[in-house]
Parts: sequence; structure tokens; C-alpha cells
Amino acid sequence: MFEQVSTSENGELVINVGPQHPATHGVLHLLITLNGETVTKLEPNLGYIHRSIEKMCESLSYRQFIYTTSRMDYLSSHINNHACALTVESALQIEIPERAEYIRVIMSELTRMASHQLWWGAMAMDLGALSPFFYAFRERESINDIMEETCGARLTMNYFVPGGVMYDLHPNFVAKVKEFIVFFKSKIDEYDELLTGNIIFQNRMKNIGIISKEDAISYGCTGPTARGSGVSCDIRKIYPYSIYQKLDFDEVIEHGCDSFSRYQVRMKEMRQSLKIIEQLIDNIPKGEFQAKTKAVLKLPKGEFYTRVETARGELGVYIVSEGGTSPYRIKFRSPGFSNLSALEHMVKGHKIGDLVAIMGTLDLVIPDIDR
Amino acid sequence: MGTEELIQSIQSMFPDASINMGNNFPELVIEKDSLLSVLNQLKSEPTLAFDYLFCETCVDWKSHLTMVYHLDSTRFRHNLVIKTNLDAQAPEIESACHLYRTAELHEREIFDLFGVKFLNHPHLRRILLTDDWKGHPLRKDYDDPINMIKL
Repeated sequence: MFEQVSTSENGELVINVGPQHPATHGVLHLLITLNGETVTKLEPNLGYIHRSIEKMCESLSYRQFIYTTSRMDYLSSHINNHACALTVESALQIEIPERAEYIRVIMSELTRMASHQLWWGAMAMDLGALSPFFYAFRERESINDIMEETCGARLTMNYFVPGGVMYDLHPNFVAKVKEFIVFFKSKIDEYDELLTGNIIFQNRMKNIGIISKEDAISYGCTGPTARGSGVSCDIRKIYPYSIYQKLDFDEVIEHGCDSFSRYQVRMKEMRQSLKIIEQLIDNIPKGEFQAKTKAVLKLPKGEFYTRVETARGELGVYIVSEGGTSPYRIKFRSPGFSNLSALEHMVKGHKIGDLVAIMGTLDLVIPDIDR
Repeated sequence: MGTEELIQSIQSMFPDASINMGNNFPELVIEKDSLLSVLNQLKSEPTLAFDYLFCETCVDWKSHLTMVYHLDSTRFRHNLVIKTNLDAQAPEIESACHLYRTAELHEREIFDLFGVKFLNHPHLRRILLTDDWKGHPLRKDYDDPINMIKL
């Protein structure tokens, strides 16, 4: 058990943030040592939502284990499913129909936007700006509605299966996505007007939470967290999977190394996701949405690793197979876990009020860290 | 540098170790005592520059444990997997966290779930489970009749 507040020998104050705290967006516990108002030490305490997904997967079949991954990073559930499906497909050398590839990429990019919208609203709320939260949720709602029509779910989609996708698109899908693109293009400018240029907001973001390029690499940061420090780490660009190679989009990199750079990376990424969807939505090929696969999948003996880019960074799926119907060992290299390890480095020396702002720019999802 | 060249240059750096191509990445199998010197050389050699440890994990093979390190170079974008076997009874290995800071949390997780002891780790203790937890759940011989659902 941890004492609520204690004082160390040299007069420093040790306090707990979380596990039940609105700013940690989940059950994360931080043990913070304070000198006055300055953070001198920060220790994350994990495991409050640890479900041992890796152990569970060892007794599930290759069709079943994908569903547990929707519950890891629940804001990028499509992309998590994608990683697992890709691993199984590459091991069994299943060719998936082009229609399925297009659907997968469109869904993944919609997920990325929805995730960044939620992050934007929640982070602004952490800083004390309440209205962005309502703006962001309004737009996210339309994405959720689109998802619900096709996948039947709003959060844990379970839509990607080895060989393609589970069902075909809903007849309304294309029209609704096009409607959303037009709608969101005007809204994303509104986001910038509402928050990005705000001087109070900028003062709280610029030169706060600095992590250099070398440190970001050493700490294993990925995704917008690392790209805000000038590290080129977008898996969609450096190790392209699915049809990302054919698409025209930019990897967003900022060199400010601070909270504001990380913020800007995500804002620009939303525009890039829109650009990707625009290229695909009119050209979805007709045909099958799922390749024919065996009812029981057996992976050959060996080790398989897949890397994909979720909304938070690099997700790795490492499967060790002994030739059976379920994995011998499975490891999910989750982006949040590594990004969290850099938190202490970023927060040290800043005031406790900035802790919440910095944590907001890391975009932590706790089930992704604890798995 | 292509994969073939990469394999050749690493083989010439470590003539005693065996290297072959896996499904995704080249795999280098080394002795556990040489881990730190191998990582150090791979990181500091300018033509290789493996500066990013993107995954560190362990596999329980019942007779022994295998530590698996996935390395990437942010400059050249080539990958390498390093494997080393540990004794199942008293698994012990040098910590890599002084070369790669990301290893700190990954190693705590491995210690928690596999019971591998990392030497010279700054604060090695359980991370996901409670401090008084008995056993290491990702070991194949772990059994919990209450919490484990067997299918």
C-alpha cells in the first residue's frame, strides 16, 4: 500500500496521482516526488488493468486471439486487428483481395482520426479548456456511426479477420465517408482556430516536456511522440505494409522536441489521414472482401513479427509458433508502454501543473500499456 | 546495405556466433556473457548503428529460456534479432538498459512475468503484478487453479 502523502528525509513531498484520477485517463498510478512545486522524481506504477492478454492468447486459436487485441489500445482497435491479421497472413502466405486492402486502410485511417480527435479533446480538457472536448466528440460521433453501420460496434470493432474483413461494406458507407470528409475539413480548421493559436495554450505547450531526438530513440518512443522530436518512425513509410506504398501522403515530422511539436504532429496527421481516405474512397475495387481460408488455421513452425503504425506509435506482434493451432508465445510490443518510460525524463524539473499537460501530449491509453 | 551484406558484415564481426535469416529479420545467436559487448559493438559501429531496441522479450522453452532482442537502426533502417539462451532454473543476464533506456521497463516486465534476473538493473522489481505475487505467469509451468481459465 502507498501512503497518501509522505515527506522524505530532505523535506521533499511524495504524492500519488491516480490510479483514480481524471487526468490519467484510466487506471495509471504515478508516484511523484515534489520539491516545492517542482517534480524531481516520477515513478509510474502499472498493472491496475493488466489482463494477461499474452497468456490468454496462448490458449486461443489464430482466429480467436485477434479479438483480445481490440481491448488493448481500444482507440486503435482496427489497427491492432490489422497487425494480428497481417502476422497470420504473412505466415500462411494468404493473398488477400484488393477490396479488403482498401477497406482496411480506409478503416485504419478513420480510426486514426477518431483517436486523434479524442486525444485533442481530452488533452485540451486536461489544460482546463472544456469546449474542445465537445467539439471533438461531435466529429468523432460521425466516425463512430460510420463504423457502427459496417462493423456493428463502436469501440471494439473486431472487423479484420485473417484473409480480409468480416463482412462487406454497408451500402451507405461510401456516401457517408464522403460526407464526413467535407464536414471534417471545415471542422479541423475550427480546431486550429479554437486552440492552436491560443496564447495561453501555446505558453503552456512551448518549451515544455522536452525530449531530444537521441533520447526519444533510446527510450523507444514511437508515433507522434517521437516524430515531434524529429525522429522519422512512421512504419507506414519506412516499412510499408498493406497498400500504403501506393498512396501519396507525407510523414509528419516536427523538430521542436516539446509538447507543442507533438501536438502539431497529431493535428497534421489528421489532415494526412483525410488525404489518404480521399484517394481511396472513390476507387474501392469490386470483388471479394475475404480470401478463402481454412476453417482451422495452423501456423508453420517459426517466428513471425509484424510492425504497424497505430495512432499512438509502433505496435509489434511477435508470434512464436510450434506448428499448432494456437501460438506458443505471443508478445505485443505496445507503443504506450515505451512512450510512458520517457515520461519521467520529460517531466523532471517542470512544475506539477505541467505534468498533466505533458501526459496529455503522450496520448497514453492505459489498457495498451498494461495489456 | 542489403540483408545479405548485413549478415556478412555481422558474421565477420562475430565469427564465433551463428547468424541466419529468419522469417522477417536476420537472427544472431550469441552466448549470454557476451551480450553487452555485442550490443555495444552493434550500436557504436558506424556502418551498422543499431540505436533502437524496439522489442525485448523472452520465450520459455521449458528446458531453457530464450531472450530475444529486436534491434533497428534509425539511420539505415535495417533490423537484427539477437537471441541468447538462459538457464531455466536460475535465469540471469546483464541488463541492456544502460545502452537502451527503453529496456528498463521491458526488463522489469520480463522479470515480472518470466523471473529473469537482470544484473545491474537500477530498480528491478515487479511492474504489472503486485509485489507479493507468487510465481511468474508466462512460464509454461505456471499454474493458478483459481484465476486461470483452461479451454
